[in-house]
Amino acid sequence: MDSLFSATGHRSEFGNRIKSRITATVGAALALSVSTPAYAAGAEGQSVNPWVALAYLVAGVFFILALRGLSSPATSRRGNRFGMAGMLIAVVTTLVTHSVANIWEIAIAIAIGGAVGFVIARRIAMTAMPQLVAAFHSLVGLAAVLVAAAAFLNPGSFGILDATGSILAVSRVEMVLGAAIGAITFSGSVIAFAKLNGNMSGAPIMLPARHVINLGTLLAIIVLTALYTMQPFAGAGEGWIFWVVLGLAFAIGFLLIIPIGGADMPVVVSMLNSYSGWAAAAMGFTLHNTAMIVTGALVGSSGAILSYIMCRAMNRSFISVIAGGFGAEDSSGGSAAGGEQRPYKQGSADDAAFMLEQAEKVIIIPGYGMAVAQAQHALREMGDVLKEKGVEVKYAIHPVAGRMPGHMNVLLAEANVPYDEVFELEDINSEFATADVAFIIGANDVVNPAAKTDKSSPIYGMPVFDVDKAKQVFFIKRSMGGVGYAGVDNDVFYMNQTTMLLSDAKKMVEEIVKALD
Amino acid sequence: MDFISILSIFVLACFVGYYVVWSVTPALHTPLMAVTNAISSVIIVGALIASAAAEVPGAKWLGLAAVVLASVNIFGGFAVTERMLAMYKKKEKK
Repeated sequence: MDSLFSATGHRSEFGNRIKSRITATVGAALALSVSTPAYAAGAEGQSVNPWVALAYLVAGVFFILALRGLSSPATSRRGNRFGMAGMLIAVVTTLVTHSVANIWEIAIAIAIGGAVGFVIARRIAMTAMPQLVAAFHSLVGLAAVLVAAAAFLNPGSFGILDATGSILAVSRVEMVLGAAIGAITFSGSVIAFAKLNGNMSGAPIMLPARHVINLGTLLAIIVLTALYTMQPFAGAGEGWIFWVVLGLAFAIGFLLIIPIGGADMPVVVSMLNSYSGWAAAAMGFTLHNTAMIVTGALVGSSGAILSYIMCRAMNRSFISVIAGGFGAEDSSGGSAAGGEQRPYKQGSADDAAFMLEQAEKVIIIPGYGMAVAQAQHALREMGDVLKEKGVEVKYAIHPVAGRMPGHMNVLLAEANVPYDEVFELEDINSEFATADVAFIIGANDVVNPAAKTDKSSPIYGMPVFDVDKAKQVFFIKRSMGGVGYAGVDNDVFYMNQTTMLLSDAKKMVEEIVKALD
Repeated sequence: MDFISILSIFVLACFVGYYVVWSVTPALHTPLMAVTNAISSVIIVGALIASAAAEVPGAKWLGLAAVVLASVNIFGGFAVTERMLAMYKKKEKK
């Protein structure tokens, strides 16, 4: 295979074209050396060896397998190993095929970053996972910006110079786009992190004329990118356009996220996940690197799909989430807290324990309130006791139960709840009709029947659990005053079969466990 | 590699990504985000290339900074994914 490609530079233009046609069909990844003679001139280290491209392709395939493994918890850990192997291949291939002048500096950089990352990963609480992911996104974004800036200052080492010493036009687009998407990911993720971590209020911040400002900034980025690309000559590090686009992109990332309320953060985190992928893909285009392109495409579509799933679970359109402002004027919607008092039934831990014991089938609906109260371990204990008594226990999870996609599943898994007792909304919703007890802990909006019946409700259309079909409902809530994220009253509180357990979630569950013994 | 072959890889990879991600079970969506985070740090390849070329000092230091950031993500992302996945247990058979 070496001999087939090595003579590229000496072939005629025609031969080159035929060859690239062939290679594209046979396996595009092998074509690294084709059609860019200046490529090799720019970087003698950037080997024209097809094996290198093959190694990056293998890394890309390993990343696909890493995601594929996540189709079931049983294969997921093997998948993660594939991911690590893929990364190792990519890094080693890069180091081996470039004349590395400063291997020690690089090794130290990796060691510092690796140690920091590893310690954070060990220490982080599972409830803080959304913040962590947001923070990691910001790092990917910033890394993409730095790489793009480095490519701008030293395009020769990236092999994107033409014979006259100007950066190739195509590479200019890719580089500027990579930098811009990276910058948006960075500043957006920093805001998302601050909101999730509580450093910043979750309330949306609405600037006047923000849509005009945002669209104007986006337009300016596009126009400037086009201008930069159409410049007849763009030498290394020359021109102000690159930096201006970078500045605008930082600003737009910030502006896009501040008007979005805390309740919509799961969508935002998924969306930024997607952006970090597109940034990696853009840099992959600049570097002609298969591993980066494949990964970028995977991550990009992953984030996009997760955003879609989150939007669907809240019955919001993606556009309305991005436009922001949800949850800004809470109390105006319908007869929320402060209206007339309706009668409800209050119960004790003993009542609950008695009913749970008698039940044949119990469905537990945990919400984020459970995680806030740290009640998951007590809850699992309660489930274990009930199972010993021959009660069938299932957990029902709404897609937006936690603060990010799948968050509640992780929290339950951490509390040692077996994953085959945990079910998704559409899989379990029909079972409420046969359930003796629906046990709601720390959830509210996801069981609100107003989503099905009340067209004026802000959560109308959102898929919810049919808890009203269960024979008996227990609802653990701190007090009757508080309302859910969406700020609407919940008819479930006042149903005949509902017993409100007004207490701290953890304390209440512990008391129930005690009463069960 | 010409632009069209790169674009082909990209478009096909988007389709692969689409189908692979839909097959991920919703229970593992958080680990999915953590691991996609880790693998998107493959951008470290670009950072390594930048820091390996020493002729422009500014670019080299930018590259090294990017190596640090990407390493945080790679090690942190894979480690936290591993930690989460280890928690997922099946019901023990009686």
